[in-house]
Amino acid sequence: MLTKRIIACLDVKGGRVVKGVQFEQLRDAGDPAELAAAHSAAGADEVVLLDISATHENRATLVDTVRRTAHQLFIPFTVGGGIRSLEEAMAVFDAGADKISINSAALADPSLITSIADRYGSQAVIVAIDAKRIDGEARFEAYAGGGRKPTGQDAVEWAREAERRGAGEILLTSMDRDGTGAGFDCDLTRIIAEALNIPVIASGGGGDTKTFVDVFQIGRADAALAASIFHFGLRDVADLKRELQGAGIPMRWPC
Amino acid sequence: MIAVVDYRAGNLTSVMKALDHLEADAVVTQDARVVANADKVILPGVGHFSGTTILEQTGLRAAILQRVGQGIPFLGICIGMQWMFGSSEEAPGLAGLGLFPERCERFPVNVKSPHVGWNSLTCREGSRLLEGIPSGSFVYFTHSYRAPVVGATAARSEYGGEFSAAVEREHLFGVQFHPEKSGAIGLQLLKNFCRL
Repeated sequence: MLTKRIIACLDVKGGRVVKGVQFEQLRDAGDPAELAAAHSAAGADEVVLLDISATHENRATLVDTVRRTAHQLFIPFTVGGGIRSLEEAMAVFDAGADKISINSAALADPSLITSIADRYGSQAVIVAIDAKRIDGEARFEAYAGGGRKPTGQDAVEWAREAERRGAGEILLTSMDRDGTGAGFDCDLTRIIAEALNIPVIASGGGGDTKTFVDVFQIGRADAALAASIFHFGLRDVADLKRELQGAGIPMRWPC
Repeated sequence: MIAVVDYRAGNLTSVMKALDHLEADAVVTQDARVVANADKVILPGVGHFSGTTILEQTGLRAAILQRVGQGIPFLGICIGMQWMFGSSEEAPGLAGLGLFPERCERFPVNVKSPHVGWNSLTCREGSRLLEGIPSGSFVYFTHSYRAPVVGATAARSEYGGEFSAAVEREHLFGVQFHPEKSGAIGLQLLKNFCRL
């Protein structure tokens, strides 16, 4: 049966992983290519590389980083962060990405989703949505610009539109939970998952095994993404998957 | 020389990267003449079944059929496998290669579509393509339509009922999943094909 996915995310800036891993076997704890390969070996189902550079100066560096990272990776590899046009997406695909993730650029011009999906297929286009609870309500607002600019758009409505426009998956980050390790926002995740046919990748708040069990069972997520928790020892991906399988969550384990 | 057919549907980088890793002599081509001289042919493809019309227009369909008729090993990946069949519900009226007469169908309404992620295989004994790949192995799928289980099914997977994850008959092979994105299992499959 179809399993739930655990996705390792690497935040990169200037070709280096921010908050690299302290892991003995690695020669270079900040090298995206090494870390991606190590996550894959430890059992990650996919790898996401997110370019968090503040400016657009280093696109060539990003493309080179993508190429080097993709070189030894034979699991799905997604690249996101600052992709603003079909041309920029093409450069990233040519360098070895299987999927790209777009956020602010899709909000600014939703037709970008369609133009990339028409050329590469919907399965290659992930629309990332940063969502924040609206105080006192069971509603969520989508943010642009790396979570800095409220758009006034309802996150569920935007997710539905992204699906209509050709998105293959939604990468849903809870801004309230991101970085806390206190658990994913299962309400947000479930509302989005139940509104769509395409897969939902939950992000923001992943911590102990129970947070993952909850986001799959209560949040109805198809996949869960985490960055910081995997930075404290790659064996945790393997442990996490083993524990999730023990808890009855369908997992690709052993792999 | 393995001809990897490019018909502008998706991204061939990952397939070529996997073949390079296996040190296969593979070239990307849109040229029917290159296919006509190839020792093996791989047809990857993603997106819509209707994207295969370009194969008719470019003479690639005829070149592929000719090579297949001459017993050259052929591997269809994803839409490439679906195109080996007679037709697909996704594009009514459009003929596939017809190497298997059946029609590809959509998933039943009680499951979400597309089918995305790692799912396990139930493998037929004696498959050359799946040598060294035991039942229970996981591979990566991403597709909205599926081929039914047929006589030539070499591996089944389950999502809203069983469907063909791989087909194999003599020198004809197809996989619904993406071997280039299925880790060590996928590389083993590609190696098996390259070694035929």
